[in-house]
Amino acid sequence: MTAFAALLGRELRLALRHGGDSFGALLFFFVAGALFPLAIGPAPATLARIAPGIVWVCALLAALLPLDRLFGADYDDGSLDQLLLSGLPASLVALAKAVSHWLVTGVPLLLAAFPLAVMLQLPAPALPALLGGLLMGTAVLSLLGTACAAIVLGARRGGVLLPVLVLPLTTPVLIFGAAAADAASAGLPVRPHLLLLGAYLAACLPLCPVAAGAALREAVD
Amino acid sequence: MRLTVSSVSAFRGDRLVLDRVSFSVPAGGALLLLGPNGAGKSTLLRALAGLKRLDAGEVRFDGAAEFAGRAAYLGHQDAIKPGLTAAENLAFIARISGRPAEAGLLALDLGKLADLPARMLSAGQKRRLALARLVVSGAPLWLLDEPTLGVDAASVRAFGQILAAHRAEGGVVVAATHLPLPLPDAAELRLGEAAP
Repeated sequence: MTAFAALLGRELRLALRHGGDSFGALLFFFVAGALFPLAIGPAPATLARIAPGIVWVCALLAALLPLDRLFGADYDDGSLDQLLLSGLPASLVALAKAVSHWLVTGVPLLLAAFPLAVMLQLPAPALPALLGGLLMGTAVLSLLGTACAAIVLGARRGGVLLPVLVLPLTTPVLIFGAAAADAASAGLPVRPHLLLLGAYLAACLPLCPVAAGAALREAVD
Repeated sequence: MRLTVSSVSAFRGDRLVLDRVSFSVPAGGALLLLGPNGAGKSTLLRALAGLKRLDAGEVRFDGAAEFAGRAAYLGHQDAIKPGLTAAENLAFIARISGRPAEAGLLALDLGKLADLPARMLSAGQKRRLALARLVVSGAPLWLLDEPTLGVDAASVRAFGQILAAHRAEGGVVVAATHLPLPLPDAAELRLGEAAP
C-alpha cells in the first residue's frame, strides 16, 4: 500500500512538473470541440442534438494524447525496470499509472466538458447525464488506455498502433455515454445507459491492470 | 543470505547467450562478471533481477526463488527523471524502503545538489545519483551493470566504502564491469566468448 501510494505520488509530481502534457490534452479537447460549430453551422437546434456526441468523441481523442508517454518515458530511461523491481506487482504498477492518468487527464476533461457542453447548447437537463457518464467513461478510458499503452510498449511505431487498438475497445463507452445524454434531453430514463457504463467499468477495473502488468513484464524481458 | 544460481540458460532473440551458468555467492560476498561485449553479462544481471525470463535453471536468494523488492538493479540507464530534483528522484525508493534519501545523497557527496533539477546534473553526477539509489534502497542484493562508468576517482573511492559497508552487513554484490571496481577479494566469473 505504501509502495502504491509512493508510486502514485511520484506520477502526480512528474505530471505537475510536465504540466504542459495534460494541459495540451485539455486545449485539444476545447479546440476540437469548438471546430464543430464552425463546420456544421451555429444553428442551436442542430448543435444541441449533436452536442453529447461531440463532447464524447473529443474527450476520447483528447484522453489518447498522453497515452504513448504513459510508459514510454519510463521505458526509455530505465525507470520501468526500477518500478518493476520495487516489489510492487506489475499489475499494481499499471493500476497506479491508470489512476494517475485519470486524475491528470480524465478529471480535467470532465471539468472542461461542462463549459464545452454549454457552449454547444446542450439542454440543461442533459448535463448531469453527460457528466455522470463521462465520470465513468473517462475512468474506463484510462484503464483501457493503460492496458493498450503497455501492450504496444517497445513496438516500433507504437504511437500509431495505440489509437487503432484503444478506439475500437472504447465503442461501448461512446455508445452508452452519448445515449445517456441523448435520453436525458428527450426526457427518457437515463439509468439503464449509466448502469451499462458502470458494468463496463466494473469489468475493466480488474482486467485492464492484469493485462497491462503482463504486457509490462513482456516489454522489459 | 546466499545467492545461488544453478544452470541458468537464457536466449536473446534466437541466440543462446547464457548456457548453463552456475555459481553461488555467500552473504557478504561479491562476484565480478567478466567477459567481452556480448558475452551475456547484462543479460545475466537482468535475469538475476527477475526482469529477464529464464529459459532454464533457477535463481535463489536467501532460499527463496521469489525475491522481488529485495534486489536492487543498476543498469546501463540511470533511470533519473530530469524534471525532478536529485532528492525527489530518490523519494520514491526512500518511501518504499523507509530509509532517508539524504543518506544516499551524502554518501555520494551529492548533498549540495539535492535541490537541483536532475536535468542540470552532468552524466557522472547522474550516475552517482543512480548509485545513491542503491544506498537508499536498502536491498540486500545489488546487481550492478558497469556501475562506475563516467564516475570520477573520488566518487569511485566513496562507492568502494559503500560497497564495503553493504558487504559488512551481509549484503551480496554481483557486478559486471570492464573498469577496476573497488571490490576487494571478489570472486570472478568469466562468461563465454561472444558468438560470431
